[in-house]
Amino acid sequence: MFIRRLPEFEYHTPATLPEAIDLMGRYGESSRLIAGGTDLLVAMKKREAACGHLISLANVEGLKGIFFNDKEGLRIGSGTTLSEIEKSDAVRKMYMPLWDAVSVMASAQVKNLATIGGNLASAVPSADTAPPLIALGASVRLKGRTGERTCKVEDFFLGPKACCCGKDEIVTDILVPAPEPLSAGCYLKLMRRQAMDLALVGVAVCLTLGKDKKLCAGARVALGAVAPTPIRVPEAEERILGKPIDESTAAEAARIAGSQCRPISDLRSSLEYRCSMVEVLTKRAVLQAGKRIEGV
Amino acid sequence: MKQDIVLKVNGKNFHVNVETQRTLVEVLRETLGFTGTKKACNEGECGACTVLMDGRPVASCLVLAVAAQGKEIVTIEGLSQGEKLHPVQEAFVKHAAIQCGFCTPGMVMAAAGYLAENPDPTTEEVRKAISGNLCRCTGYQQIVDAVMAAASAMKG
Repeated sequence: MFIRRLPEFEYHTPATLPEAIDLMGRYGESSRLIAGGTDLLVAMKKREAACGHLISLANVEGLKGIFFNDKEGLRIGSGTTLSEIEKSDAVRKMYMPLWDAVSVMASAQVKNLATIGGNLASAVPSADTAPPLIALGASVRLKGRTGERTCKVEDFFLGPKACCCGKDEIVTDILVPAPEPLSAGCYLKLMRRQAMDLALVGVAVCLTLGKDKKLCAGARVALGAVAPTPIRVPEAEERILGKPIDESTAAEAARIAGSQCRPISDLRSSLEYRCSMVEVLTKRAVLQAGKRIEGV
Repeated sequence: MKQDIVLKVNGKNFHVNVETQRTLVEVLRETLGFTGTKKACNEGECGACTVLMDGRPVASCLVLAVAAQGKEIVTIEGLSQGEKLHPVQEAFVKHAAIQCGFCTPGMVMAAAGYLAENPDPTTEEVRKAISGNLCRCTGYQQIVDAVMAAASAMKG
């Protein structure tokens, strides 16, 4: 639990992706990628992570920026800071669950450094950008030695601090489909404090109303911090599909979500409290998503 | 391994020779003598190390000095113009927002950086803007009052 000065390491600043991948291959297990460093440097100070070589993504071309068009939707470079995402009109207007998440993360001083790619690649179960991206149907693009591929965010996480990024792969972009008409969502984060805390529970819900504007035609529910990875809850989604977005639908979906989560008890919260809060927040999130559709 | 780097701090270029593992807060304090910036938690949680990097508040304990090259860094020492205090500093003094003073440089930098981009905040927005800065003395109210007053004064 001591925080010390950083240990020694060599610092590399590749200018292109192929250079970075090359360095990863050369230094292998003794190297780590560093973007904002807000997670990695703290781990290194605590001696929880050790590596002789840091490969910085800060100067690698093509990893920054937020791009939107009606056909392809949203593309966020993995090196884009959380602050830049928070300041983006496109994200706030059309991808509000993601905006909800970044607005309750850390502090300005951290978000001006931290990147969305880093938040996902750290793969902590409580990563706040994960449930919204899962609920929005987002994917990540990975580039490696042999080429590139995309992976849905809901399939990206393997376990606590483990993601499906290969040893020679770098997350380059986050891709979110264009929003459908009559759809909206939200992300709710429960913390012990008003700010600067990990999520005890995170709930993201995205709903689409049918053309009749009465019944739900699309539902995605994702939970964070209550399982070894961020998870999607299809059983809760099924309870909302084909129903009006009202109190009883929300309550039913919430009950199912609360029964599907698999949290642990830790210093922040107990298993029982987390399950209970999943139910509370899921109900609120469903109703909030419904209200936002009406506002849309 | 040591590296020769150039850091632009408070408008001046400093040529220093630092190890890659030195953080910006360490180099500012120990190599350049800008001890206004404080190293407290050293893990980006308390805000005492807040400086402006290209105009934006950052936790300098989480920035490698070698990564701060090519950026404009402003510390608390660079906020005042000679003897003339920045409006945020004036307001802090006027509104009793300083007790022991340890959180103050970080608070002032966070507030100044925020107001430069958001000149007309509500008190809620100010509280959110300084949510990355801890103060053990004041209970924050005087600090929020000071930032609101500074915003008013800066609108002129």
